[in-house]
Amino acid sequence: MSGIKYSPDHEWIRIDGDVATCGISNHAQEQLGDIVYVELPSVGQALKAKDQFAVVESVKAASEVYTPASGTVTEVNEALADEPTLVNQSPTENGWFMKIKLDDASELDPLMDEAAYNTFVEGLD
Amino acid sequence: MAEPQTSQRTPLHALHLRRGGKMVPFAGYDMPVQYAAGVLKEHLHTRTAAGLFDVSHMGQVQIAGDDPAAALESVVVGDLRSLAPGEMRYTLFTNQQGGILDDLMVTNAGDHLFVVVNAACKDQDITLMQAGLAGRAEVVPLPDRALIALQGPKAAAALGALAPDIDGLFFLQGAAMPVDGVACFVTRSGYTGEDGFEVSAPADHAEALAEKLLDHPDVEPVGLGARDSLRLEAGLCLYGHDIDETTSPVEASLLWTIPKHRREAGGFPGVEAILGQIEAGVARKRVGLRPEGKAPAREGTEIADGDGRVIGTVTSGGFGPSVGGPVAMGYVETAFAKPETSVNLLVRGTPRPAVVTRMPFVAPGYRRAD
Repeated sequence: MSGIKYSPDHEWIRIDGDVATCGISNHAQEQLGDIVYVELPSVGQALKAKDQFAVVESVKAASEVYTPASGTVTEVNEALADEPTLVNQSPTENGWFMKIKLDDASELDPLMDEAAYNTFVEGLD
Repeated sequence: MAEPQTSQRTPLHALHLRRGGKMVPFAGYDMPVQYAAGVLKEHLHTRTAAGLFDVSHMGQVQIAGDDPAAALESVVVGDLRSLAPGEMRYTLFTNQQGGILDDLMVTNAGDHLFVVVNAACKDQDITLMQAGLAGRAEVVPLPDRALIALQGPKAAAALGALAPDIDGLFFLQGAAMPVDGVACFVTRSGYTGEDGFEVSAPADHAEALAEKLLDHPDVEPVGLGARDSLRLEAGLCLYGHDIDETTSPVEASLLWTIPKHRREAGGFPGVEAILGQIEAGVARKRVGLRPEGKAPAREGTEIADGDGRVIGTVTSGGFGPSVGGPVAMGYVETAFAKPETSVNLLVRGTPRPAVVTRMPFVAPGYRRAD
């Protein structure tokens, strides 16, 4: 999958023009288990890179999700309200969390590409 | 990666690893929080088929003597003397202030009482019983027994294939019986709200017995994660969370465990304090809570009234897979304890509407004698 980048906190971000889509990685959803609720930001919310923008709840616990880049929220994934398990089934496609209009696309430069992220995950535990 | 060997292991530890158990520390033991299926599926499977749980970390104890029921009554609130052979009851250890030291199950096993206590309180409970019953009864811990729970509507069929005598048991009854030829003590009880059994088996036969049960097509292994969501939906307390030394049976809505004659006769720790509370009322009560939205409200979440004044705290909360939404249990000021009362749960600072509700959240499946 070209263009996808990952943060060390297991969020992904993919650019399409000057809007980027964000979510959590497959590794993250595996670690969390069945997701039962996702709290999303409001459209129009301004975020700085590494701000908490969402909370993901599994049966047992809540986890914070941080934005890999700065920007303004343009859209959130309404489908997750009725089907939070989309995050488990399709973490990097249908289980997307939000779209943001980026302040500065170069913030993505230091993030990991897919191969680097996979290596990073293998090195964990 | 399994916990290094400072943790204790139950007789089913190897089985958990073989079956893909995700191991976590719990009450000093290395226990499976879930298996490959995950908490959600394991929970749902238990309510539709049969879940097998390793609860060997809990404390199993025998009380023996001329009158073990009378002796044990000196440290618990309940009526044990009227338990007929084969009958069992839920009861509480209390302290002098009327606070709850642990909750436990007591079964009249004929020539002794069979007691099961929480893993986290095991050592204290044994000490408490030995001190309290000294000279009157023998308190014999059973560290070489495993405890396997099989819960769900299909549990009876699965266990019955190995132990036909279970057909003689109704809810809250127990008996010694062979299970697959091995001498066990089986009770029809559990912590899920479903029909089910707890099998006390010799440790060296436990793994084979569990594997035999798991061979049955309806039986799947279930971890502690689903054990918690199941008991929460069933409205059952978790010691250390919903009840503890600072909560009395009156506040905890567990006054039903103290029959009238025991309130009158006393003879258990804290009776004066508890009688005082019955007389004067209590400031707070344990209630069920049903958030109206989809956000779970977890332990520690503050509960507020319509004006934002904090009136209580959530002591257990999460997502109820069978309910299909969030459920919780907590304490509120007594004026707010009536079912249907509207409250707000302050989840991450935002007030979320919820309703005080009766428990259990799901209908029980117990096999009751009519």
